[in-house]
Amino acid sequence: MKSGAAASLAEECAQDVMATLWQKAHQFDPARASVATWVYTIARNRRIDMLRKSLRAEPEELDWGPEAEPDQAEVYEAQQETQRLGKALAVLPDKQRALIERAFYGDLSHSEIAVETGLPLGTIKSRIRLALDRLRQEMT
Amino acid sequence: MTIRHHISDAVLMAYAAGELAEAFNLIVATHVSMCDDCRAQLAAFEAVGGAVIDGQDEVAMSGSALEATLSRIDLTPQATTRVRRQARGIFPAPLADYVGADLASVGWTSLGAGVRQAMLPTDRRATARLLYIPAGARMPDHGHRGMEMTLVLQGAFADQNDRFGPGDIEIADEGMEHTPVAEMGQDCICLAATDAPLRFSGIVPRLVQGWFRI
Repeated sequence: MKSGAAASLAEECAQDVMATLWQKAHQFDPARASVATWVYTIARNRRIDMLRKSLRAEPEELDWGPEAEPDQAEVYEAQQETQRLGKALAVLPDKQRALIERAFYGDLSHSEIAVETGLPLGTIKSRIRLALDRLRQEMT
Repeated sequence: MTIRHHISDAVLMAYAAGELAEAFNLIVATHVSMCDDCRAQLAAFEAVGGAVIDGQDEVAMSGSALEATLSRIDLTPQATTRVRRQARGIFPAPLADYVGADLASVGWTSLGAGVRQAMLPTDRRATARLLYIPAGARMPDHGHRGMEMTLVLQGAFADQNDRFGPGDIEIADEGMEHTPVAEMGQDCICLAATDAPLRFSGIVPRLVQGWFRI
Protein backbone atom coordinates (compact mmCIF):
# COMPACT_ATOMS: atom_id res chain seq x y z
CA MET A 1 0.00 0.00 0.00
CA LYS A 2 2.66 2.40 1.04
CA SER A 3 5.24 1.53 -1.57
CA GLY A 4 4.45 4.43 -3.83
CA ALA A 5 2.19 2.54 -6.19
CA ALA A 6 -0.77 4.36 -7.70
CA ALA A 7 -3.90 4.09 -5.55
CA SER A 8 -5.84 1.88 -7.96
CA LEU A 9 -2.90 -0.47 -8.35
CA ALA A 10 -2.46 -0.57 -4.57
CA GLU A 11 -6.13 -1.38 -4.16
CA GLU A 12 -5.92 -4.16 -6.71
CA CYS A 13 -2.80 -5.49 -5.00
CA ALA A 14 -4.50 -5.45 -1.58
CA GLN A 15 -7.49 -7.38 -2.91
CA ASP A 16 -5.15 -9.82 -4.51
CA VAL A 17 -3.22 -10.28 -1.25
CA MET A 18 -6.44 -10.97 0.66
CA ALA A 19 -7.52 -13.54 -1.90
CA THR A 20 -4.08 -15.17 -1.70
CA LEU A 21 -4.27 -15.27 2.11
CA TRP A 22 -7.58 -17.07 1.80
CA GLN A 23 -6.21 -19.58 -0.69
CA LYS A 24 -3.08 -20.29 1.33
CA ALA A 25 -4.64 -20.18 4.79
CA HIS A 26 -4.07 -23.90 5.36
CA GLN A 27 -0.34 -23.45 4.71
CA PHE A 28 0.06 -20.95 7.52
CA ASP A 29 1.93 -22.48 10.45
CA PRO A 30 1.38 -20.33 13.56
CA ALA A 31 4.31 -21.97 15.35
CA ARG A 32 6.79 -20.67 12.73
CA ALA A 33 5.76 -17.06 12.23
CA SER A 34 3.20 -14.52 13.37
CA VAL A 35 0.18 -13.70 11.25
CA ALA A 36 1.62 -10.24 10.54
CA THR A 37 4.88 -11.74 9.28
CA TRP A 38 3.03 -14.16 7.04
CA VAL A 39 0.84 -11.37 5.64
CA TYR A 40 3.97 -9.28 5.07
CA THR A 41 5.70 -11.99 3.00
CA ILE A 42 2.61 -12.55 0.84
CA ALA A 43 2.07 -8.82 0.30
CA ARG A 44 5.75 -8.37 -0.57
CA ASN A 45 5.61 -11.13 -3.16
CA ARG A 46 2.44 -9.73 -4.76
CA ARG A 47 4.01 -6.28 -4.92
CA ILE A 48 7.06 -7.70 -6.66
CA ASP A 49 4.86 -9.62 -9.10
CA MET A 50 2.74 -6.59 -9.95
CA LEU A 51 5.31 -3.80 -10.08
CA ARG A 52 8.46 -5.41 -11.25
CA LYS A 53 7.15 -8.28 -13.28
CA SER A 54 10.30 -10.12 -12.35
CA LEU A 55 10.63 -13.44 -10.63
CA ARG A 56 11.50 -14.02 -7.03
CA ALA A 57 13.13 -17.36 -6.28
CA GLU A 58 12.02 -18.77 -2.93
CA PRO A 59 14.08 -21.12 -0.74
CA GLU A 60 13.36 -24.82 -0.84
CA GLU A 61 10.52 -25.57 1.52
CA LEU A 62 11.29 -27.76 4.46
CA ASP A 63 9.08 -30.66 5.23
CA TRP A 64 8.03 -29.74 8.73
CA GLY A 65 6.41 -33.16 8.99
CA PRO A 66 2.95 -34.30 9.90
CA GLU A 67 2.20 -32.02 12.80
CA ALA A 68 -1.36 -32.67 13.89
CA GLU A 69 -1.49 -29.66 16.18
CA PRO A 70 1.22 -27.04 16.50
CA ASP A 71 2.65 -26.73 19.98
CA GLN A 72 0.68 -24.03 21.79
CA ALA A 73 3.70 -22.65 23.64
CA GLU A 74 5.50 -22.18 20.29
CA VAL A 75 2.45 -20.59 18.73
CA TYR A 76 2.22 -18.15 21.63
CA GLU A 77 5.93 -17.35 21.37
CA ALA A 78 5.78 -16.71 17.62
CA GLN A 79 2.70 -14.48 17.92
CA GLN A 80 4.31 -12.49 20.74
CA GLU A 81 7.37 -11.70 18.65
CA THR A 82 5.57 -9.24 16.41
CA GLN A 83 4.33 -7.30 19.42
CA ARG A 84 7.75 -7.25 21.05
CA LEU A 85 9.37 -6.15 17.79
CA GLY A 86 6.66 -3.51 17.36
CA LYS A 87 7.45 -2.09 20.78
CA ALA A 88 11.19 -2.11 20.08
CA LEU A 89 10.49 -0.38 16.76
CA ALA A 90 8.38 2.28 18.48
CA VAL A 91 11.20 3.33 20.82
CA LEU A 92 13.85 3.63 18.10
CA PRO A 93 14.98 7.14 17.14
CA ASP A 94 12.55 8.54 14.53
CA LYS A 95 15.14 8.63 11.79
CA GLN A 96 16.14 4.99 12.23
CA ARG A 97 12.53 3.79 12.47
CA ALA A 98 11.65 5.68 9.30
CA LEU A 99 14.57 4.02 7.50
CA ILE A 100 13.44 0.55 8.56
CA GLU A 101 9.86 1.24 7.52
CA ARG A 102 10.95 2.56 4.15
CA ALA A 103 13.21 -0.46 3.66
CA PHE A 104 10.41 -2.95 4.31
CA TYR A 105 7.92 -1.07 2.19
CA GLY A 106 10.36 -1.36 -0.69
CA ASP A 107 11.22 2.35 -0.83
CA LEU A 108 14.97 1.87 -0.53
CA SER A 109 17.26 0.32 -3.10
CA HIS A 110 19.36 -2.53 -1.81
CA SER A 111 22.49 -0.39 -1.48
CA GLU A 112 20.56 2.11 0.67
CA ILE A 113 19.31 -0.47 3.16
CA ALA A 114 20.96 0.05 6.53
CA VAL A 115 22.34 -3.06 8.17
CA GLU A 116 21.99 -2.07 11.81
CA THR A 117 18.32 -2.29 12.67
CA GLY A 118 18.90 -1.79 16.39
CA LEU A 119 16.16 -4.38 16.94
CA PRO A 120 16.42 -7.52 19.13
CA LEU A 121 16.49 -10.04 16.27
CA GLY A 122 18.77 -12.54 18.04
CA THR A 123 15.93 -14.13 20.02
CA ILE A 124 13.85 -14.74 16.91
CA LYS A 125 16.80 -16.21 15.08
CA SER A 126 17.63 -18.59 17.92
CA ARG A 127 14.03 -19.73 18.28
CA ILE A 128 13.83 -20.64 14.60
CA ARG A 129 17.34 -22.10 14.61
CA LEU A 130 16.31 -24.46 17.45
CA ALA A 131 13.18 -25.53 15.57
CA LEU A 132 15.32 -26.24 12.47
CA ASP A 133 17.82 -28.29 14.51
CA ARG A 134 14.98 -30.35 15.94
CA LEU A 135 13.59 -30.88 12.47
CA ARG A 136 16.96 -32.05 11.12
CA GLN A 137 17.27 -34.52 13.99
CA GLU A 138 13.84 -35.95 13.25
CA MET A 139 14.75 -36.34 9.60
CA THR A 140 17.88 -38.41 10.28
CA MET B 1 28.02 -29.73 5.33
CA THR B 2 29.68 -27.07 7.47
CA ILE B 3 29.01 -23.65 6.05
CA ARG B 4 31.48 -20.95 7.11
CA HIS B 5 30.66 -18.11 4.75
CA HIS B 6 27.17 -16.71 4.96
CA ILE B 7 25.05 -14.05 3.29
CA SER B 8 25.62 -10.61 4.80
CA ASP B 9 22.81 -9.06 6.86
CA ALA B 10 22.49 -6.22 4.35
CA VAL B 11 21.81 -8.63 1.48
CA LEU B 12 19.47 -10.86 3.54
CA MET B 13 17.52 -7.82 4.64
CA ALA B 14 17.25 -6.57 1.06
CA TYR B 15 15.98 -10.03 0.06
CA ALA B 16 13.42 -9.98 2.91
CA ALA B 17 12.30 -6.54 1.75
CA GLY B 18 12.04 -7.73 -1.87
CA GLU B 19 14.64 -5.32 -3.21
CA LEU B 20 17.15 -7.55 -4.98
CA ALA B 21 17.52 -8.16 -8.69
CA GLU B 22 16.31 -11.55 -9.85
CA ALA B 23 19.80 -13.06 -10.17
CA PHE B 24 20.55 -12.19 -6.52
CA ASN B 25 17.15 -13.51 -5.41
CA LEU B 26 18.14 -16.79 -7.01
CA ILE B 27 21.51 -17.06 -5.28
CA VAL B 28 20.09 -16.02 -1.87
CA ALA B 29 17.22 -18.52 -2.15
CA THR B 30 19.69 -21.25 -3.15
CA HIS B 31 22.05 -20.53 -0.24
CA VAL B 32 19.16 -20.33 2.25
CA SER B 33 18.00 -23.73 1.00
CA MET B 34 21.39 -25.12 2.10
CA CYS B 35 21.94 -23.05 5.25
CA ASP B 36 19.71 -23.18 8.34
CA ASP B 37 21.56 -20.27 9.91
CA CYS B 38 20.66 -17.89 7.10
CA ARG B 39 17.14 -19.35 6.94
CA ALA B 40 16.63 -18.39 10.60
CA GLN B 41 18.15 -14.94 10.11
CA LEU B 42 15.93 -14.37 7.07
CA ALA B 43 12.86 -15.30 9.14
CA ALA B 44 13.95 -12.73 11.72
CA PHE B 45 14.14 -10.01 9.05
CA GLU B 46 10.73 -11.04 7.69
CA ALA B 47 9.39 -10.66 11.23
CA VAL B 48 10.56 -7.04 11.11
CA GLY B 49 8.45 -6.63 7.98
CA GLY B 50 5.52 -8.09 9.93
CA ALA B 51 6.06 -5.67 12.81
CA VAL B 52 6.28 -2.74 10.38
CA ILE B 53 2.90 -3.43 8.73
CA ASP B 54 1.38 -4.30 12.11
CA GLY B 55 2.30 -0.85 13.42
CA GLN B 56 0.93 1.12 10.45
CA ASP B 57 -2.26 3.12 10.38
CA GLU B 58 -4.97 1.57 8.31
CA VAL B 59 -5.77 2.89 4.85
CA ALA B 60 -9.43 2.87 3.83
CA MET B 61 -10.25 0.82 0.77
CA SER B 62 -12.96 1.62 -1.76
CA GLY B 63 -16.59 0.71 -1.01
CA SER B 64 -16.60 -2.17 -3.49
CA ALA B 65 -13.39 -3.73 -2.19
CA LEU B 66 -15.02 -6.49 -0.16
CA GLU B 67 -17.22 -7.54 -3.04
CA ALA B 68 -14.31 -7.48 -5.47
CA THR B 69 -12.15 -9.53 -3.12
CA LEU B 70 -14.86 -12.11 -2.59
CA SER B 71 -15.34 -12.54 -6.32
CA ARG B 72 -11.59 -13.02 -6.71
CA ILE B 73 -11.77 -15.74 -4.08
CA ASP B 74 -14.65 -17.38 -5.94
CA LEU B 75 -12.62 -17.44 -9.13
CA THR B 76 -9.62 -19.14 -7.58
CA PRO B 77 -10.32 -22.28 -5.59
CA GLN B 78 -8.42 -22.92 -2.40
CA ALA B 79 -5.27 -24.88 -3.08
CA THR B 80 -5.55 -28.15 -1.23
CA THR B 81 -2.10 -29.58 -1.68
CA ARG B 82 1.20 -27.82 -1.51
CA VAL B 83 3.39 -28.60 -4.48
CA ARG B 84 6.86 -29.24 -3.14
CA ARG B 85 9.55 -28.28 -5.56
CA GLN B 86 12.30 -30.80 -5.97
CA ALA B 87 16.05 -30.49 -5.65
CA ARG B 88 18.01 -32.17 -8.44
CA GLY B 89 21.36 -33.60 -7.36
CA ILE B 90 23.59 -30.70 -6.34
CA PHE B 91 20.93 -28.15 -7.38
CA PRO B 92 18.61 -27.09 -4.52
CA ALA B 93 14.99 -26.59 -5.63
CA PRO B 94 15.10 -22.85 -6.52
CA LEU B 95 18.18 -23.40 -8.70
CA ALA B 96 16.77 -26.61 -10.21
CA ASP B 97 13.74 -24.53 -11.30
CA TYR B 98 16.02 -22.18 -13.23
CA VAL B 99 18.32 -24.78 -14.73
CA GLY B 100 15.40 -27.01 -15.65
CA ALA B 101 17.72 -29.99 -15.91
CA ASP B 102 20.14 -32.00 -13.83
CA LEU B 103 23.89 -31.47 -13.89
CA ALA B 104 24.43 -33.98 -16.72
CA SER B 105 22.22 -32.05 -19.15
CA VAL B 106 23.35 -28.46 -18.49
CA GLY B 107 24.18 -26.68 -21.77
CA TRP B 108 27.71 -25.44 -21.07
CA THR B 109 29.72 -22.92 -23.07
CA SER B 110 33.51 -23.30 -22.96
CA LEU B 111 35.57 -20.37 -21.66
CA GLY B 112 38.87 -22.11 -22.41
CA ALA B 113 41.25 -24.14 -20.22
CA GLY B 114 38.40 -26.45 -19.24
CA VAL B 115 36.42 -23.67 -17.56
CA ARG B 116 32.78 -23.65 -18.63
CA GLN B 117 29.73 -21.53 -17.92
CA ALA B 118 25.99 -21.67 -18.44
CA MET B 119 23.98 -18.43 -18.29
CA LEU B 120 20.63 -18.62 -16.52
CA PRO B 121 17.68 -16.50 -17.66
CA THR B 122 16.99 -13.59 -15.27
CA ASP B 123 15.94 -9.95 -15.55
CA ARG B 124 18.58 -7.58 -16.90
CA ARG B 125 19.46 -5.82 -13.66
CA ALA B 126 21.97 -8.59 -12.90
CA THR B 127 23.20 -11.83 -14.42
CA ALA B 128 23.34 -15.36 -13.04
CA ARG B 129 25.47 -18.20 -14.33
CA LEU B 130 26.71 -21.65 -13.43
CA LEU B 131 30.48 -22.00 -13.50
CA TYR B 132 32.38 -25.23 -13.96
CA ILE B 133 36.04 -25.08 -12.96
CA PRO B 134 38.11 -28.27 -13.30
CA ALA B 135 39.92 -29.33 -10.12
CA GLY B 136 43.18 -27.37 -9.84
CA ALA B 137 42.26 -24.87 -12.57
CA ARG B 138 42.21 -21.14 -12.02
CA MET B 139 39.74 -18.47 -13.02
CA PRO B 140 41.23 -15.42 -14.74
CA ASP B 141 42.26 -12.56 -12.41
CA HIS B 142 39.35 -10.21 -12.09
CA GLY B 143 38.12 -7.24 -10.13
CA HIS B 144 34.57 -6.01 -9.76
CA ARG B 145 32.64 -2.95 -10.75
CA GLY B 146 29.55 -3.91 -8.80
CA MET B 147 28.65 -6.75 -6.48
CA GLU B 148 29.46 -10.37 -7.26
CA MET B 149 28.21 -13.31 -5.21
CA THR B 150 29.58 -16.81 -5.73
CA LEU B 151 28.00 -19.87 -4.12
CA VAL B 152 29.84 -23.21 -4.15
CA LEU B 153 27.64 -26.17 -5.06
CA GLN B 154 30.33 -28.83 -5.43
CA GLY B 155 34.08 -28.99 -4.80
CA ALA B 156 35.85 -25.95 -3.36
CA PHE B 157 37.87 -22.92 -4.40
CA ALA B 158 40.33 -20.69 -2.63
CA ASP B 159 41.48 -17.16 -3.40
CA GLN B 160 43.74 -14.60 -1.71
CA ASN B 161 41.08 -14.12 0.94
CA ASP B 162 39.85 -17.52 2.05
CA ARG B 163 38.65 -21.02 1.19
CA PHE B 164 35.10 -21.71 0.06
CA GLY B 165 33.48 -25.15 0.18
CA PRO B 166 29.97 -26.45 -0.60
CA GLY B 167 27.29 -24.05 0.66
CA ASP B 168 29.79 -21.22 1.25
CA ILE B 169 29.06 -17.91 -0.42
CA GLU B 170 31.64 -15.27 -1.27
CA ILE B 171 30.45 -11.69 -1.60
CA ALA B 172 32.92 -9.56 -3.55
CA ASP B 173 32.40 -5.83 -3.64
CA GLU B 174 33.69 -3.11 -5.87
CA GLY B 175 37.45 -2.84 -5.94
CA MET B 176 38.21 -6.36 -4.75
CA GLU B 177 40.67 -8.25 -6.94
CA HIS B 178 40.90 -12.00 -6.67
CA THR B 179 42.04 -15.11 -8.49
CA PRO B 180 39.91 -18.06 -7.47
CA VAL B 181 41.60 -21.46 -7.88
CA ALA B 182 39.61 -24.70 -7.70
CA GLU B 183 40.95 -27.21 -5.18
CA MET B 184 42.40 -30.50 -6.27
CA GLY B 185 40.03 -33.43 -6.00
CA GLN B 186 36.52 -32.74 -7.20
CA ASP B 187 35.77 -30.30 -10.05
CA CYS B 188 34.27 -27.12 -8.67
CA ILE B 189 30.75 -26.04 -9.63
CA CYS B 190 29.45 -22.63 -8.54
CA LEU B 191 26.47 -20.38 -9.00
CA ALA B 192 27.57 -16.78 -9.53
CA ALA B 193 25.50 -13.59 -9.72
CA THR B 194 26.79 -10.14 -10.57
CA ASP B 195 25.27 -6.74 -11.30
CA ALA B 196 28.12 -5.46 -13.44
CA PRO B 197 30.55 -7.04 -15.90
CA LEU B 198 33.69 -8.45 -14.27
CA ARG B 199 36.87 -6.48 -14.86
CA PHE B 200 39.64 -8.75 -16.06
CA SER B 201 43.25 -7.69 -15.74
CA GLY B 202 44.63 -9.42 -18.84
CA ILE B 203 44.09 -8.36 -22.46
CA VAL B 204 42.99 -11.77 -23.74
CA PRO B 205 40.22 -12.26 -21.18
CA ARG B 206 39.08 -8.70 -21.96
CA LEU B 207 38.81 -9.59 -25.63
CA VAL B 208 36.68 -12.65 -25.00
CA GLN B 209 34.61 -10.93 -22.36
CA GLY B 210 32.16 -9.26 -24.72
CA TRP B 211 31.76 -12.46 -26.61
CA PHE B 212 30.91 -14.62 -23.62
CA ARG B 213 29.11 -11.99 -21.52
CA ILE B 214 31.24 -12.59 -18.43
